[in-house]
Amino acid sequence: MKFDRSARRKLWSHTMTVLAGLCALVALIPLGSVIYQAVLLGGPVLSLSFLTSNPPLPCTPSVGTSCAVGGIGSAIQGTLVLVGLAAAISVPIGLAAAIFAVEYRGRFLGLAISFTADVLTGVPSIIAGVFIYAYFVIYDPSIVFSALTGSLALSVIMVPIVTRTCEEALRTVPHSLREAALALGIPKWRTTLQIVLMTALPAVLTGILLSVMRASGEAAPLLFTAFGSRLGFQGFNNPINALPLLIYNFAESPYKNWIDLAWGAALILIILILIASVLSRLVVGRMVRRMRGG
Amino acid sequence: MNGTKMRVERLSAYYGKTKAISEISVGFPERKVSAIIGPSGCGKSTLIRCLNRMHETLPRTRVEGQILLDGEDILELDPVHVRRRVGMVFQKPNPFVTMSIYDNVSVALRFNGRHSREDTDKAVVRSLQQAALWEEVKDRVDAPALSLSGGQQQRLCIARALAAEPEVLLMDEPCSALDPVATAKIEGLVNELKNSYTVIIVTHNMQQAGRVADYTAFLYLGKLVEVGATADLFERPKERLTEQYITGRFG
Amino acid sequence: MDRPTPSSPTPRGPRRSRHWGDLIFAGLVGLGGAGVLVLVFAILGVLLYQSGLSFRAFGWQFVIGTQWDVRDNIYGVVPFVSGTLITSAIALVIGFPLAVGSAIFLTTQAPRWMRGPVGTVIELLAAIPSVVYGFWGLYVLGPYMRTNVEPALHRYLGWTGAFNGPATGTDILTAGVILAVMVIPTISAISRETLAAVPISQREAALSLGATNWETTRVAIVPYARSGIFGATILGLGRALGETMAVTMTIGNRDAVPTSFFSQGQTIASLIANELTNSNGPLQYSAIIEAGLILLFISLLVNVLARLLLWRVLRVTGGSTE
Repeated sequence: MKFDRSARRKLWSHTMTVLAGLCALVALIPLGSVIYQAVLLGGPVLSLSFLTSNPPLPCTPSVGTSCAVGGIGSAIQGTLVLVGLAAAISVPIGLAAAIFAVEYRGRFLGLAISFTADVLTGVPSIIAGVFIYAYFVIYDPSIVFSALTGSLALSVIMVPIVTRTCEEALRTVPHSLREAALALGIPKWRTTLQIVLMTALPAVLTGILLSVMRASGEAAPLLFTAFGSRLGFQGFNNPINALPLLIYNFAESPYKNWIDLAWGAALILIILILIASVLSRLVVGRMVRRMRGG
Repeated sequence: MNGTKMRVERLSAYYGKTKAISEISVGFPERKVSAIIGPSGCGKSTLIRCLNRMHETLPRTRVEGQILLDGEDILELDPVHVRRRVGMVFQKPNPFVTMSIYDNVSVALRFNGRHSREDTDKAVVRSLQQAALWEEVKDRVDAPALSLSGGQQQRLCIARALAAEPEVLLMDEPCSALDPVATAKIEGLVNELKNSYTVIIVTHNMQQAGRVADYTAFLYLGKLVEVGATADLFERPKERLTEQYITGRFG
Repeated sequence: MDRPTPSSPTPRGPRRSRHWGDLIFAGLVGLGGAGVLVLVFAILGVLLYQSGLSFRAFGWQFVIGTQWDVRDNIYGVVPFVSGTLITSAIALVIGFPLAVGSAIFLTTQAPRWMRGPVGTVIELLAAIPSVVYGFWGLYVLGPYMRTNVEPALHRYLGWTGAFNGPATGTDILTAGVILAVMVIPTISAISRETLAAVPISQREAALSLGATNWETTRVAIVPYARSGIFGATILGLGRALGETMAVTMTIGNRDAVPTSFFSQGQTIASLIANELTNSNGPLQYSAIIEAGLILLFISLLVNVLARLLLWRVLRVTGGSTE
């Protein structure tokens, strides 16, 4: 009788373990399917010229003719310009906010900033696009669709991410290090910049990398700002393309060569983001170990 | 003289590559209180955690040797089953913080199938009485466990362990987080418990061992130095190390 | 520096003296901090201003109006609010058990060597851009839903009335499933964090009573982490509510209140994506902005709630991870 019950309990325990494991397995199916699909359809179009040439005109293959595949050069260039400018805007702001929140912690304002940043990371990215669009419609309608507004929209998304990740990075620096520096008579601002920030630098860079990757994958805020273009960079006041925008615009098109191109672009985007994710995990992991060990 | 309830034979335990205890052999008599003493880091907690196979719940741990409970090697039994027979009280009181006093005590009964409300009530009252807590909580058994004081929480944990009706009760420095008044209560309780249970208690406090234990084992650097009746060990230690330790001449 | 503790040696010199560099530095980083705070109000301000026209025209009728009629220039937001809520609900119904199940598996059940790597891979799900999920939904998930899942649902659950209409694979249900995929990493990662933060003493208490692995999880670990798991779920909800690209590409984009899981519909986010730059005049434009404002309010509310819950859990007990 007693044995019966304990056997049943053990069986139940194993059943639940298997069920929970199945949850993890099922959760992984979409990732596998997305990557499989992107490799299957995007793989064949990859080449060096794919990365450099501009998108072709729409074309559906018929007997005897073949379509130019073209490339995503203008989209890659556009993403670089947009994200580069967005990073130039958002990194100083986010880093400053993070330093304020951590190094002046205990004050109400510091807490308010990290809480606000936390909440802002949850605000839908399309709202960032709406905000910039709606502002420029009033302020200067002639540059509503431009590299400039696209970068601004991406900055709105990046600022809270940079703030939060840099905050976490700065918090890993042991308090004793700050005290040691201050005790040597080094002023607080130099302690913060030269000791604290330098110690946390790998994690800070990782945080910036994460926000850059997040911005590189965003299409929603660019729909009514960067807008998209077949051509490359035409100045900050003109529309510009981006990888996610290209995927969105071409994915829903009826043209075979555009759809193939979109799969190629999706594959490139996935590869870049997977590399960045793994890289950032390695850096943070090593940094955490170092802090614990030292 | 009672029989030996638990006996360890050439027991070694590891954390990763570190050997925490080495080739310990010692017996614990039935319905007596046995104390394990020694300086911190001597392996006494590791030893007691082996006795109900809690040691191996930590990552990268390993045990070698034999641990006999009524002559059966528990290392070859189902650990879940072993832990029902060998209960444990930890250094810091660890009531389930999400549960009431009542639920804390009755939780082990719920693992083992449906008991009628009446049976459960009885078991809860009996366990709380055995743990000398009943009088203090009888009007508020549905209050959260965290509403109790530290000493009360520890007695709650003892009641919780007793409700599972174990044969052996392990206590790993049960008073280290408590004030002197609460400590005295627990010590009185241990003296009561040995009428029904085999109690094994780890303590870093030699006076405590002297007050509660019938037998005492002295561990040093993971090895068993000396074991014997408590009075003998304290008054006529056989080993120089033991003498140095109990007279307080220790680094 | 501000409150020297007795253990830290005080720098030489008068205690109150502050380097001028400190003042400038504090000012600069304070400016950055202010920037973050101002951003919220700037977004609110611009959307409020631009939605004024619609608000004056419809007042509260906008919030309860079920019509989005371009010809008569009457705009009500119910089709999109309902689309948003239904797709998000589908996402949680499917995503919550999978996410929490995998979080429990990875913190308490899985062999130790498996925990880190598999956890990382699940979190990679979050790194895949929304537009790629949308693309996948359009070409892989959608067709599968149309040919396999939806006919089966109709056959067995058609009597409920909720699974009627042509199975197109481009509808509320498909959008909901895509959202489920997208909220899983969010819910799973934060649940994992809170489950891992449960003190080991709670686990040991259950084990020492002779609990099995699963009983330990159920009695000691999950109840302790429940408010964190709840916070994680709310955060996942926040993500589902505002998700744009994947939904826009799979939901069918029809401006009407959905009547079935197979209806084409529209969320607030997909409405904005589809119509903001194609509006037929200032009133529709203003109405779209007002819809955006409602989305912003909802997501602020949800995120504030989630963060309050999580801050309490992870900051207060954060030290017990060791």
